[in-house]
Amino acid sequence: MRTRERWVLLAAAAVVVLVLPALNALPKGSPLHVSDFTLNLFGKFLTYAILALGIDLIWGYAGVLSLGHGVFFGLGAYAMGMHLMLEIGTQGVYRNVLPDFMVWNRVTELPLFWKPFYSAWFTLLAVVVVPGVVAGIFGFLTFRSRIRGVYFSIITQALALCAWLTFNRNAMNLGGTNGLSGFKTIFGFPLNEAATQRGLYVASAIGLCLAFLLCRAIVRSPAGKVLVAIRDSETRVLFCGYSPAAFKLFVFVVSAVLAGVAGALYVGQVGIITPARIGVLPSIEMIIWVAVGGRGTLLGPVVGAVGVNWLQSLLTTHYPDLWILVLGGMFIAVVLFFPEGVVGTLQRAFGRFRRVSRDFRFDQAGGERPPLLPQTPPPPRGPRP
Amino acid sequence: MTVGAASQGSIIYLEDVTVEYDGFKALNALNFFMDYKELRVVIGPNGAGKTTLLDVITGKAQPSAGRVIFGKSTDLVGRRENEIAALGVGRKFQNPSVFANLTVRENLELALARPSKGVLATIRARLDGVQRTRVDATLEAIGLTAEAPLRAGGLSHGQKQWLEIGMVIVQDAELLLVDEPVAGMTDEETEKTGRLLQDVARERAVLVIEHDMEFVRRIARTVTVLHEGSVLCEGPVDEVQKDERVLEVYLGRSRDEPGAPHA
Repeated sequence: MRTRERWVLLAAAAVVVLVLPALNALPKGSPLHVSDFTLNLFGKFLTYAILALGIDLIWGYAGVLSLGHGVFFGLGAYAMGMHLMLEIGTQGVYRNVLPDFMVWNRVTELPLFWKPFYSAWFTLLAVVVVPGVVAGIFGFLTFRSRIRGVYFSIITQALALCAWLTFNRNAMNLGGTNGLSGFKTIFGFPLNEAATQRGLYVASAIGLCLAFLLCRAIVRSPAGKVLVAIRDSETRVLFCGYSPAAFKLFVFVVSAVLAGVAGALYVGQVGIITPARIGVLPSIEMIIWVAVGGRGTLLGPVVGAVGVNWLQSLLTTHYPDLWILVLGGMFIAVVLFFPEGVVGTLQRAFGRFRRVSRDFRFDQAGGERPPLLPQTPPPPRGPRP
Repeated sequence: MTVGAASQGSIIYLEDVTVEYDGFKALNALNFFMDYKELRVVIGPNGAGKTTLLDVITGKAQPSAGRVIFGKSTDLVGRRENEIAALGVGRKFQNPSVFANLTVRENLELALARPSKGVLATIRARLDGVQRTRVDATLEAIGLTAEAPLRAGGLSHGQKQWLEIGMVIVQDAELLLVDEPVAGMTDEETEKTGRLLQDVARERAVLVIEHDMEFVRRIARTVTVLHEGSVLCEGPVDEVQKDERVLEVYLGRSRDEPGAPHA
């Protein structure tokens, strides 16, 4: 069973990593040719899938609903975006070494915090470290104070709003409402070439595979059981000798780092990052992907992120007004009828597939099924003396 | 029959412990100690401070005055719950709280004593042969061997209670705190639970809070009666039941109260 599961996953990974880009490389007339546009679109979806895996780790397993993951996605995307801005050099509209928006804003010298982003290595490090550190500090303060359930969700939503307001300010020197765009090259490779985009796609696909393996290693280890246990009864976990706060902090940081990496991969393929991608609404949209795909399974968030966004791109081409209704309808349907999402529901329907990516199951015989939205816990207590 | 100075060999020793909630003294200068491998039952009317006694030992409540000494000299005051659990104090809650989405076996494996229960150590942790035998033996002891691969959420009320007792056993606690273990159990289940607790008490100290006087008579060697946050009296179960003050405390409330110690 284990081997069969491994083969299924390996086959899926091969299709995503190798087959699609290979088909893209075929000559244009070939019937199997995948267009640059489609490949680019799926590259973007794969970065969303990386992000969704991280959300599932903390929400689906540990039961902690974060409504602020757009922030961590944005931090990764902006870190990479800043490097790409500096790579433009004097090829911008104003032929100035400064990014165009700074010239426009009458900034005469590159702000200090931009300077390290000339270095590609520093940028790659920042993509991982900045979201990780922000999540670490934020999580440490909230989890230590035993802020749980809806209280935690509300605070993360406030974080998303704060970040959105901050990044919108021109004084931050991050491009304000227009964000960062107009990139020319990434690590020297021209972004408008199909081969570069194919490379970014493959990087995203490999990133997704690695993220999947990382999450799988975590949830399969005894620590993964502790996460599920935290969702069931945090108090009992505490009296078993584990610190729920430490475990939650750990997965919160891991999921923030995954979001940051996703953001960095996103920005090169989409070519722009604005505050609109990091605020309250996109953060909630990310939650919907995971809910629709299926919380508490590792396949679910991947299916949800790719599926929902694919549907969005199909629908918005033909019925742009309809999409928002469909998205809302999907969320309501999941809350009311399929709390386990597409993957969870299918797993139950086809019991024999249960072993494929079976991590845990929600209660089958009725009884307690974890609520989709966090329940109101007892009021939080202040930090211990 | 008030408590004197703690004996040398006490596993838990509370000295002048006071716990206040908004001015209400849930524990009032309480003195209490237990010997190693002792089975002690604590009774008392509602609001006497029984559960608060467990809270203060396990770190869930902090005393405003007094000392709580575990083992030779470990002061538990100010420590977090998981630290105290790791030191060797296990607690079974009144309502069965097992991990519904894990299997019975996984519940025990999670509770199992480990050198470190930090995040990174737990990710790397794997069961060795000794630990596996330990889990199997505990499954046998709590009578859930057949249920081992099932989800704990599907167990009956009594089975959940036993599983939780099993979790405290594998935790390697030297002191087990058990809050109303037989509430809502059938007679048969109650008897089984009594035997289980007596078995457990051969190797470690067990503190049981219980209302069911028949059950108390069956398992108790020494009974402590709490009243208004202090120890009212302490001694063998027969003596305690004849004690004037105990009768007054219980009968003063209501003659028909199910928790009243009928002679």
